[in-house]
Amino acid sequence: MNAKARAVTVLLTPFFALFAVVMVLPVGYAVWLSLFTEQQSGLGFGGTHTVFSGLGNYAAALGDHAFRDGFLVLLGYCALYLPLLLAGALTLALLLDSALARARRVFQLALFLPHAVPGIIAALIWVYLYTPQLSPVVAALESGGAGVDFLSPAGALPSVVNIALWEWLGYNMVIFYAALQAVDRSVIEAATVDGAGAWRVATGIKIPLIRSSLVMVALFTVIGSLQLFTEPLILNQGSGSAVTSSWTPNMYAYTAAFARNDYGLAAASSVLLALVAALLSFAVTRLSGRSARPGRSPRPGRRLPAAPRTPLTHPVPSRTPLAHPDASPAPLAHPKGRP
Amino acid sequence: MAPPPRTAVTGPGPTALASAPVRPSRTPSVRAADRRPRGRWLSPAAVNAALGLAVLYTLLPLVWLVTAATKDAGGLLAGDALSFEGFDLSGNLSRLASEGGGIYFRWYANSLLYAGVGAALCALICVAAGYAFDKYRFPGKEKLFGVVLLGVLVPTTALALPLYLLASRTGLVNTYWSVLVPVLVNPFGVYLARVFSAGYIPDEALEAARIDGAGELRVFWSIGLRMVAPGLVTVFLFQFTAIWNNFFLPLVMLSDQRLFPVSLGLYAWNGNAHGEPSFYPLVVTGSLLAVVPLIIAFVTLQRHWKAGLAAGSVR
Repeated sequence: MNAKARAVTVLLTPFFALFAVVMVLPVGYAVWLSLFTEQQSGLGFGGTHTVFSGLGNYAAALGDHAFRDGFLVLLGYCALYLPLLLAGALTLALLLDSALARARRVFQLALFLPHAVPGIIAALIWVYLYTPQLSPVVAALESGGAGVDFLSPAGALPSVVNIALWEWLGYNMVIFYAALQAVDRSVIEAATVDGAGAWRVATGIKIPLIRSSLVMVALFTVIGSLQLFTEPLILNQGSGSAVTSSWTPNMYAYTAAFARNDYGLAAASSVLLALVAALLSFAVTRLSGRSARPGRSPRPGRRLPAAPRTPLTHPVPSRTPLAHPDASPAPLAHPKGRP
Repeated sequence: MAPPPRTAVTGPGPTALASAPVRPSRTPSVRAADRRPRGRWLSPAAVNAALGLAVLYTLLPLVWLVTAATKDAGGLLAGDALSFEGFDLSGNLSRLASEGGGIYFRWYANSLLYAGVGAALCALICVAAGYAFDKYRFPGKEKLFGVVLLGVLVPTTALALPLYLLASRTGLVNTYWSVLVPVLVNPFGVYLARVFSAGYIPDEALEAARIDGAGELRVFWSIGLRMVAPGLVTVFLFQFTAIWNNFFLPLVMLSDQRLFPVSLGLYAWNGNAHGEPSFYPLVVTGSLLAVVPLIIAFVTLQRHWKAGLAAGSVR
């Protein structure tokens, strides 16, 4: 081995060794576990033993109302959350990017700050703000004649969506804003000279040019939504909310493992959830028509016109990311259990 | 250092100057003012008011957290939390320090340990791998990098349960290791590090060091790592936040309260609060203290998180 090959080995080994142990191995182990089930032996005296059950756990999970309802909840959650998040973050980014905004740095920081709050604490704050005895919000709404019960069955979904929105609105706004800053100003100048107003510039030029950012944020938001856990768990934790202990598929898997000790079922539902996420990401990356990979040369005609117009003091080269921070800053999990 | 304010928007860019030669004598700022849209919706006041409303939405819950942390249980339950009525911050802090034999600050130290050590090691591992992907050519490189990118897409909470089962089989469950080891891996960090390595480390600098006789690893350690330091900080910051905020992994791994990070401890206390309202002020004050280091980090390291987010958005 020459010196360079040795260096590459030394530099890559720590990452890939850990990657194998904490990402590849668990996936394999989950698939393996999902094929077995525990059975009471004989008359129930000899404890339990593990038997091969093929796809039995998958059938059990898919046959369980609670599991299927979890996906319906996720569907409703995404239907409400995704448009609100995308429209909200995009609108704020466009406003901030317009010539009219003042104090951009302050706005950016203030809108981003909720992301610094751990998901569990964000959920605690909002649950307290939802709880009638504790909340100034509920009290204010009631004195205004509009009593809202955030913890009722009808209020459960909007309540969770609101927490997630609070955590992620500013984060995604910063991503869109960075993309907008990279749009070639001369294109916008030209349109303005041609008489396009701010609205036309936004809808006709800016939004189409940052379409790929929109697609990526949507993808990672949906993948994050599939893992919805922390926020509903806090709502479930004795707050009198209508959120049940198997409200989302992830909560179902957790309950199966730790309340029912059915590891096979828990593994099967985790695998099913991961499969749905994989299918979705595959579909979205295909639909958005990019097989982007750093190092590969961009396809002509599909690129944004602009080299980044130094939106940042960091010299970030505009190679072609497939990925995107939303997915990322995950140690093992998404920063906030991914709403 | 944040991005310098863009001036091109208020002043005309070169294109505009070229295509509008009719009024060359007027100063740029006047011409820009002429072109400013005058619709009711897009006045500066309306735009800034809309942004201000959004800021109220993001900041009011945090303001509530601050005022609520100063109240005793009675004041908290009396509602009207946006005032300082029933002020008892010092009482809350001393109760926080004494509850459960000072367990809260043990949790706090644990969080600092998990997040500090975990993020430092993770950033180093990611930067080493990203540097190798950026600066060397080797067979199967892009395939291997594709594997890293696939790792970004793995829904990570789906891994926590199998990790727990693996850990319980190897006897690592309910130890510091069970929470520390999984957070050392962040595929997205490798991606970021590759981007940063390409942006920060000119190949010529490495070549010069090689000519001076430095070995490959020495070049990485004393030239590459130093030049990519801002990127290292960015990866560290994101990973620190992620570990500090991590909840699901400790929840499944740990049962010994003395190993809990703050997030898990607060969750346990919140479970008590529904039967025992005196826990409410503890949870609220504890939450406030747990948020403070991250707020400080994000306020002081603005250019680093903006760079991290931009690296993902600018394509």
